[in-house]
Amino acid sequence: MATERPHLAVIGAGPAGLAASLAAAAHGVRVTLIDSAAGAGGQFYRRPPAGLGARRPEALHHRWRTWRRLGDALAARVEAGTIRHLADHHVWCVEPVERAELVVHALLGPLQEEPVTVRADAVLLATGGYEKVLPFPGWTLPGVVTAGGAQAMLKGGLVVPGQRAVVAGTGPLLLPVATGLAAAGVEVAALVESADPKAFLRRPVALAAHPAKVAEGVRYGARLLRHHVKVLPRHTVVAAHGEQRLDAVTVAALDTHGRVGPGTERRIACDTLAVGHGMLAHIDLAESLGCRIDGLNVAVDEEQRTDVPGVWAAGETTGIGGAALSLAEGHIAGRSAAARLTGTRPDPHTWARAARSRRRAREFFAALDTVYAPPAHWTDQVTDETVVCRCEEVTAGAVRKAVDELGAGDVRTVKLLTRAGMGWCQGRMCEPAVAGLAGCEQTPARRLLARPVPLGVLARAGDPEDD
Amino acid sequence: MNPLELVGAEPGPAFTVTLDGREITALPGQTVAAALWAAGVTSWRATRGAGRPRGVFCGIGVCFDCLVTVNDRPNQRACLVPVRAGDTIRTQEGTGHGD
Repeated sequence: MATERPHLAVIGAGPAGLAASLAAAAHGVRVTLIDSAAGAGGQFYRRPPAGLGARRPEALHHRWRTWRRLGDALAARVEAGTIRHLADHHVWCVEPVERAELVVHALLGPLQEEPVTVRADAVLLATGGYEKVLPFPGWTLPGVVTAGGAQAMLKGGLVVPGQRAVVAGTGPLLLPVATGLAAAGVEVAALVESADPKAFLRRPVALAAHPAKVAEGVRYGARLLRHHVKVLPRHTVVAAHGEQRLDAVTVAALDTHGRVGPGTERRIACDTLAVGHGMLAHIDLAESLGCRIDGLNVAVDEEQRTDVPGVWAAGETTGIGGAALSLAEGHIAGRSAAARLTGTRPDPHTWARAARSRRRAREFFAALDTVYAPPAHWTDQVTDETVVCRCEEVTAGAVRKAVDELGAGDVRTVKLLTRAGMGWCQGRMCEPAVAGLAGCEQTPARRLLARPVPLGVLARAGDPEDD
Repeated sequence: MNPLELVGAEPGPAFTVTLDGREITALPGQTVAAALWAAGVTSWRATRGAGRPRGVFCGIGVCFDCLVTVNDRPNQRACLVPVRAGDTIRTQEGTGHGD
């Protein structure tokens, strides 16, 4: 009987969650795939809704064939009843209960007021990541958006925020964002990268081992040329200007120590700045489950198991590494979970290909990480008047005062003294900045709940009749 | 080339919503934020403290900068909420609760 199969709840329908769901469902497990978006795919495969009638959504994507394969397989599994896909479900907590069961608490979107719970024998966390942005004067102006945000609005809503953009920050994400905006008719005035991507080309080991990635880089380079996008390596945006919205940015060259070179500033007129400094993992659900966290990522073993029984994790949540790594980790996690839930011994030989691609992708991203970095002295550019915590409107001056005069030595104490990180976003946006200004390492935030929950829902959660 | 042309979009019939009383055309399936961007609007909130304008920042529901009042319900994330025909969208002042 299908209903007697063990039940795995997969949280997140991006590449990792999809690969995990498909692998688990193919090996005798009933899967409930829970995701906050209206359609599967996650941020990487975010697509326009049906109402927009896009005939060529692949024009805004790469590795579209992979999406077709995943999407078709999901549809077939949903049809067959082996995967249940709960779209528009926003998970706020996963709670272990008696008899080795876990309860997933979600809110039904878009209003996020009505609760839904899912009971499962095991949970697989594939919650993805979000973009890290370091502050600079003017970064709260309308027209300044995260690089990923510009891409999400373009892929999902087929809209752009202006006519002339600067894409800035650091990291491989800036390339598809710049070429995507340019293809969509935005004049991309400059791609401002604080690192020197050529440094990567000087790493023969990384390059020789990853010819496909080299080819991808070359393709992006060609597209930037075709759209006449000027690339400014070892440059940074030092300020965004405008009154009610962005009208220009000032960029400057960085010296070999990551400091702004005096006299190198120049102003570029633009109505859009798409900016990002890397990615951070969503780890809230793992943290509240008590999973061991390694740095800012969920720690997993070779089978993608966390140290909490019945909880697996895959994709960006275990460490930022891109879609190919997410697919590999998801597959392994799904296979491992299926084996352990059905009482068979997991055999890593049966997922050797995924393990090899996981190893290679991790190796590649580790090499990327040594090249792409924000300017070492980015805090020098953050004036005291610059708002650091966007929600609570806490300035850099207030953070510095908390550190220099009131003795705060960590993000948590700064938060208690200034309210930086206490607002709607719960510090997700300002934590890296506050840590940098306070001169300490960013540590896991230990958010008890993964998103805002109405008090009435919280009060009723745990009632037996709640299910 | 605009984004709609790029993907060969053939959207369903457009409809009308209002932003602070002004009529705006929206397409089916768009979020409130996408409809406002398409209409050339990039801010629809004034912060609680300094009353500064804000709009989309993260675009994926994480930062809460794009909060807006839709059909008298404040604090909706414009980047997540789908726009519906006849929606009354209002610039959100502060908490959105009139205090």
